[in-house]
Amino acid sequence: MDRNRLQHQVACMRRSLFDQGYLDEPFIQLEELQDDANPNFVQEIVTLFYTNSARLIQNIEHALNSRPIDFNKLDDHMHQFKGSSSSIGAKKVTNECTVFRDYCSAENAEGCSRSFQQVKQEYAILRRKLEVYLQMVRQAAVSQTA
Amino acid sequence: MGLKLKQSYHHSAVAVKVNEQMGTKRGYTFIQSNRAWLPKFLLLWVMVMAFLSTWIYKKMDADNKVRRKEVLSTMCEQRARMLQDQFSVSVNHVHALAILVSTFHYYKDSSAIDQETFAEYTARTAFERPLLSGVAYAERVRHSEREKFERQHGWTIKTMKREPSPIRDEYAPVIFSQETVSYIESLDMMSGEEDRENILRARATGKAVLTSPFRLLGSHHLGVVLTFPVYKSKLPPNPTVEERIEATAGYLGGAFDVESLVENLLGQLAGNQAILVNVYDITNSSDHLIMYGNQNQEGDLALLHESKLDFGDPFRKHQMICRYHQKAPTSWTALTTAFLFFVICLLVGYILYGAAIHIVKVEDDFHEMQELMVRAEAADVAKSQFLATVSHEIRTPMNGILGMLALLLDTDLSSTQRDYAQTAQACGKALIALINEVLDRAKIEAGKLELENVPFDLRSILDDVLSLFSEKSRKKGLELAVFVSDKVPEMVMGDPGRFRQIITNLVGNSVKFTERGHILVKVHVAENPKPIDDAKAETCLNGGLDEGALISGGRQFNTLSGYEAADEQNSWDSFQHLVTAEALQNDASVRMTDADEAFQSVTLMVSVEDTGIGIPLIAQDRVFMPFMQADSSTSRNYGGTGIGLSITKCLVELMGGHISFISRPQVGSTFSFTTAFGRCKKASLSDTKKSNAEDLPSGFRGLKAIVVDGKPVRAAVTRYHLKRLGMLVEVANNVKIAASACGKNGSSYGSKIQPDIVLVEKDSWLSGEDGSLSLRMLDCKQNGFKLPKMILLATNITNAELEGAKAAGFADTTIMKPLRASMVAACLQQVLGTGKKRQPGKGILNGSSVLGSLLCGKKILVVDDNMVNRRVAAGALKKFGAAVECAESGKTALKLLQLPHSFDACFMDIQMPEMDGFEATRRIRMMESQANEQMNGGADEGSGRKDEWHLPILAMTADVIHATYEECLKCGMDGYVSKPFEEENLYQAVAKFFKTKPISDS
Repeated sequence: MDRNRLQHQVACMRRSLFDQGYLDEPFIQLEELQDDANPNFVQEIVTLFYTNSARLIQNIEHALNSRPIDFNKLDDHMHQFKGSSSSIGAKKVTNECTVFRDYCSAENAEGCSRSFQQVKQEYAILRRKLEVYLQMVRQAAVSQTA
Repeated sequence: MGLKLKQSYHHSAVAVKVNEQMGTKRGYTFIQSNRAWLPKFLLLWVMVMAFLSTWIYKKMDADNKVRRKEVLSTMCEQRARMLQDQFSVSVNHVHALAILVSTFHYYKDSSAIDQETFAEYTARTAFERPLLSGVAYAERVRHSEREKFERQHGWTIKTMKREPSPIRDEYAPVIFSQETVSYIESLDMMSGEEDRENILRARATGKAVLTSPFRLLGSHHLGVVLTFPVYKSKLPPNPTVEERIEATAGYLGGAFDVESLVENLLGQLAGNQAILVNVYDITNSSDHLIMYGNQNQEGDLALLHESKLDFGDPFRKHQMICRYHQKAPTSWTALTTAFLFFVICLLVGYILYGAAIHIVKVEDDFHEMQELMVRAEAADVAKSQFLATVSHEIRTPMNGILGMLALLLDTDLSSTQRDYAQTAQACGKALIALINEVLDRAKIEAGKLELENVPFDLRSILDDVLSLFSEKSRKKGLELAVFVSDKVPEMVMGDPGRFRQIITNLVGNSVKFTERGHILVKVHVAENPKPIDDAKAETCLNGGLDEGALISGGRQFNTLSGYEAADEQNSWDSFQHLVTAEALQNDASVRMTDADEAFQSVTLMVSVEDTGIGIPLIAQDRVFMPFMQADSSTSRNYGGTGIGLSITKCLVELMGGHISFISRPQVGSTFSFTTAFGRCKKASLSDTKKSNAEDLPSGFRGLKAIVVDGKPVRAAVTRYHLKRLGMLVEVANNVKIAASACGKNGSSYGSKIQPDIVLVEKDSWLSGEDGSLSLRMLDCKQNGFKLPKMILLATNITNAELEGAKAAGFADTTIMKPLRASMVAACLQQVLGTGKKRQPGKGILNGSSVLGSLLCGKKILVVDDNMVNRRVAAGALKKFGAAVECAESGKTALKLLQLPHSFDACFMDIQMPEMDGFEATRRIRMMESQANEQMNGGADEGSGRKDEWHLPILAMTADVIHATYEECLKCGMDGYVSKPFEEENLYQAVAKFFKTKPISDS
């Protein structure tokens, strides 16, 4: 019973993540790639995404603070960030990244820093939600094996 | 790629053409450019024409007037001359009379003339003087002679008032008178003022003299009196006035009744009524005295003509004035002419105007239409692009829906929920299928569908398609079979995907609409389809046809399943020709292959025959129209949108073929199409044969088999599959023959083979006696022969039957139809226990087995600067059994990709810092081409490798814009996959290399 409940919760959580638009299709593909040979594939990728993102956010912040702003560099960083976000299917983050890159190509420093705040916010929300979700998935998995 | 480029050129060329057209059409014509002036032109025209017609009218009117005047003057002159002539004739005659009087009255002694004589003479000669009312002679009597005269004549001289004349110097009493004027006898002419004056003037001049007009005594008509002097003695030439007066003896006078005379005269002339004639005495120029005519000025006063009259009296002047009775009539001719001219011109002007307006309108319409056409074309292109885009966009969320549904189905659901979810999933799958079809159609319409040209094995594709439908057909109890003629080359050049799509469409339709009977896919070469006459005589391959040819209750047809097929040509008669023809062909195979080398392409005839419900006759002509099904109930009963066949037709036509069908309702349909495929070159053929050999195990070469089947077509199909495995096949009509073949080793039957395997069709087994077969087999065994393996062939089989079969000796195995070479091979392996040298990759038989089999064991390099992406890509590829290595930049990739290649493929991200994917690919290709050149230099020494270095490089990109794709191809990439990986997409991209290319390193 407990196991079923946990699984149900996980399904609900996952559902809501998709419904609220935090995640989209690539995430499903990630999950599909996870099998017996690669039991922790999703966790692994998401962790990779965290570290990568943390580094990139730092880079972007640095680039934003330096004067004059090197928009090309900023765009490169953001391209990377957008690439990895879309790869794991972080839809909202990806969208914000697109907004940022639009400002970047318009060389709008103020818009950049404003949308960067948005990016960071979305990223933080996603990270929190994903951590909770993966935690629950782990628990469910443990209870299943038990 | 060449095709692709050409197409894009074509597109731009069309666009340019359209622009040019627009440019030229914008150059308006004269009329078009002056459209605003058209009404003004019309007005101007009308005004000019009005002016012109007025002018014409005036001119004609003036002409008329001139003519009228001429007519008047002629008439007037004519009248004047006539009057004058008549007058002078009268005057002359009076003159003659005067001379007569002087001659006979004075020169003779005792006068010869008295009143009586004179009256008689004048009366008788009155016709000579029509103008004179009468003549009279008055004698000159001096006062001194008065008394003597009065006494002599016996009357006194009276005045005009008939009173005795007072005393005067002279008198001129009338002594002779014409009877008409006898009332003036004895009147003194000198008493009247007019006459007196006349007399004096006449005797002074010696000529005829006229009075001014006055009212005559008798008639009260206006008239004049003519007076002639009569001289007593002969006058000397050129006498003076005094001499004349002296010599005067008397006066001859006559009265001209001008009025009635002129009336008379004019009455004789034509046109009398039209003109009005007045005659005047104009001696006194200030006061014209009227002699004839009405004094009132009536008639046409505007026009008159004056003619001079000379009545012989130089002292008096006379004039005739003529005018028209009526005013000049309005000239209707001129008026009508001018008016008609105006009207005609008006009409002409209006017609021209109308034409111009029409031209303008037509040109306007034309421009509008042209614009509409451009817009429609643009809309059409936009529609196709929209369809393509939207279909693509819909597919993404649809995948999400389907994925979610799959996940949902994995969870614990109540049966109702499961049912709902399954229904939803089925619907979703149907929707995806539809979207794919629509996308295909849109692509074809937009001209974006490109055909590949790669070598492929037609038979294995057919086998694949068959396996797709095997489950469905088995469920329905249909015989599903494929037969490919031996003449069809093993490998052909073409587009395998599209070919597969066509076959799948047709077979799918057939399966959908067939409830009993069979579906047969048949491929043969369309060239030289001449039937062989020898074969015709032989009606059946092995023995009589009659046995088993009748099924209880119905006629047995010589088709695959025995049911009637729509296209009778497809039945055994023609099929047999095909088979026998091939047999003959094989004998002469050496010759044939030489001949075939000459052809670059081979045209294949593919037919898909079913025994389904057929197509109603009325619906047959719209079968290939999109979204048209036979009738609305079709889609209710069988589902589908009806787009499939139209796509199929498009595809067939793209592949340079032609599709047609024969269908009989309730009997079945046969769709046949032709396609042209390229022949493979020898070199690549040898390569591909290697890979083909891997597909079909060669362990059965030389084995001998007997197929026991009562239906020749089905037997031929079975034989075809076994032959592909390299086996020698005989066909037996029934079990008995087969058994005897085993037993007597070809003595009676003529078969030279000792069969290793006997394949028995289920029908044949059931119709044969149960016991006989095993008995025969036992018989064989006792005779010391090796017992052949017994295999049962069945479309569907019940458990009870299976048991029965096992009991009857088919212990070995049962092969379920539809037959496929690979499946048959697997079963035979199982039965014969031959070596299981299957590749490890093929063991995986889950959903992604195909992709797995493609990628398994391959070494793949993933190049991406993004850590996360790299890891995801690697994970996806690893899942399909590939060995993955990663590189985080273009430079690292270059280092790893030194020759000789140790990788089978490379997946390359495009946007990377330092060196992007395009650049990296370009460098790799450069490296390869250098190596290839060097190698080709020494290739003749037989280095053994004919392959050139070419590492498949696939771009990984998130945006799948066409431009990006072209850029990819330009810098030497082989294709692209969209990030994140989709299985289908990945398969399509990868299949190109790993299926057809020989594996270089392994």
